[in-house]
Amino acid sequence: MFDEKNCKFAKSHEWAFAEGGVAAVGISDYAQKEISDIVFVELPKAGAQVVQGKPCAVIESVKAAADFYAPVSGEVIAVNDAIVDNPALVNQAPHGDGWFFKIKMSKPAELETLMEFGEYQKTIQ
Amino acid sequence: MNDSSLKRTPLFDRMVQAGGRMVDFHGWEMPVQFAGILAEHRAVRTACGVFDVSHMGQVLISGPDAHRFIEHVNCNRMSAEPGKGTYAHILAEDGGILDDAITFCLGPERFLAIVNAATADKDFEWFQHWSEGYDVALDNASERTAMLAVQGPRAPALVGELFPAALALPRFGIAELPFAGETAFVMRTGYTGEDGFEIAALPECILATWAELILRGGRHGLVPCGLGARDTLRLEAGYLLYGADADETRTPYEANCGWAVKLQKGDFIGREALIRRKEAGFKEKLTGVRLLERGVPRAGCAVRLGDRKIGELCSATFAPSLGTGIGVGYLAPEAWEAGTRVAVEIHGKTVPAETVRGAFRKNNV
Repeated sequence: MFDEKNCKFAKSHEWAFAEGGVAAVGISDYAQKEISDIVFVELPKAGAQVVQGKPCAVIESVKAAADFYAPVSGEVIAVNDAIVDNPALVNQAPHGDGWFFKIKMSKPAELETLMEFGEYQKTIQ
Repeated sequence: MNDSSLKRTPLFDRMVQAGGRMVDFHGWEMPVQFAGILAEHRAVRTACGVFDVSHMGQVLISGPDAHRFIEHVNCNRMSAEPGKGTYAHILAEDGGILDDAITFCLGPERFLAIVNAATADKDFEWFQHWSEGYDVALDNASERTAMLAVQGPRAPALVGELFPAALALPRFGIAELPFAGETAFVMRTGYTGEDGFEIAALPECILATWAELILRGGRHGLVPCGLGARDTLRLEAGYLLYGADADETRTPYEANCGWAVKLQKGDFIGREALIRRKEAGFKEKLTGVRLLERGVPRAGCAVRLGDRKIGELCSATFAPSLGTGIGVGYLAPEAWEAGTRVAVEIHGKTVPAETVRGAFRKNNV
């Protein structure tokens, strides 16, 4: 759905898939494996403003909690309620049904500060 | 993870080969998970799982006064019937809990105590200190003993293939059974709320047991399990984790284990203080909480009744078999009755919860 090869990645393991000024965001396959067994996700509400690099969602596994940092800034225009009801979707399909929310980008140039897939792959090896 | 100061069990290489994610657990390099905590938890509830619990301690107590001695250092009435084990707390003179342990009667003058990993050496020193005047020999077998737990409804079928006589054991029973040219202690005990066995023996014997379990386990749905699943399973089952849920500042009464104290049995270490502290009454008691809405509680979360803080959680997790958050904490008397509406503070949010006594689900033991 949001092919990882066409996503851009933050050092903190979130991805952004940009299309016409809107970015869908989620966590990388590497991150879902590291966190493992996700049992709870708290998402921002539609209409909320998020800021690049600032925490805006919480991911909880059986063992620990992790913050989700916005990979780009802007207004949240849609959230994926399916992962709130079934957090395992994030483990099963982090670039598919396990997406987090969509941001109407206020600073599209921020995308340039994120890594391409190949570059990101090198950082997690 | 390559910290040379960490201790490894004889099964360490097997754990790594099986895909274990190794972490530092009280100075031991142990697997926290293999395939994943949820899958391992489910396997133990529906089929079976195997855990390396070699970090736990084993103390052999023998001699003409062995039974009299274990009665003195434990607060419960200890079975002197060969083949039977008894859960009890080892208390300080002030009634505080030094450890919780199961002590098995192997014969009229022979007992085996299974103690916690972090407390094994201290327990042994404590036993030595109090053994003066008793005709007993104490042997700390922890270093030379490895131990596996096989837990789950399919555990009897699987363990029975290796140790046929194990099937006749009652809960808390023990037998010394031959395997791979050695003798293993096979106990019908566990820390999961499911039927199952714990097997303790010399490392070579346990390595052979592990190999055989893996070879035969597939048909029974056996999966290797880590400490993560061990914790979610034991918390759902309402079992105490020493160090987190109880320590030397708490008495068995506060730890909700008054059933394991037998004041009538005669003198034992801590008895006088327990009577005094019981008469004075307790301000807090270990009480379970179950969240009524979404959220994952953690140790340290505050528990509120109305706008008043009445305690905090000492163990808490998402409960895979219940699909909700659960925890235990020392709470004020107003919350002791099961079903009391309270709230748990998680990341600054207040999540409604209710109190629970004992197990969070019916144990299948």
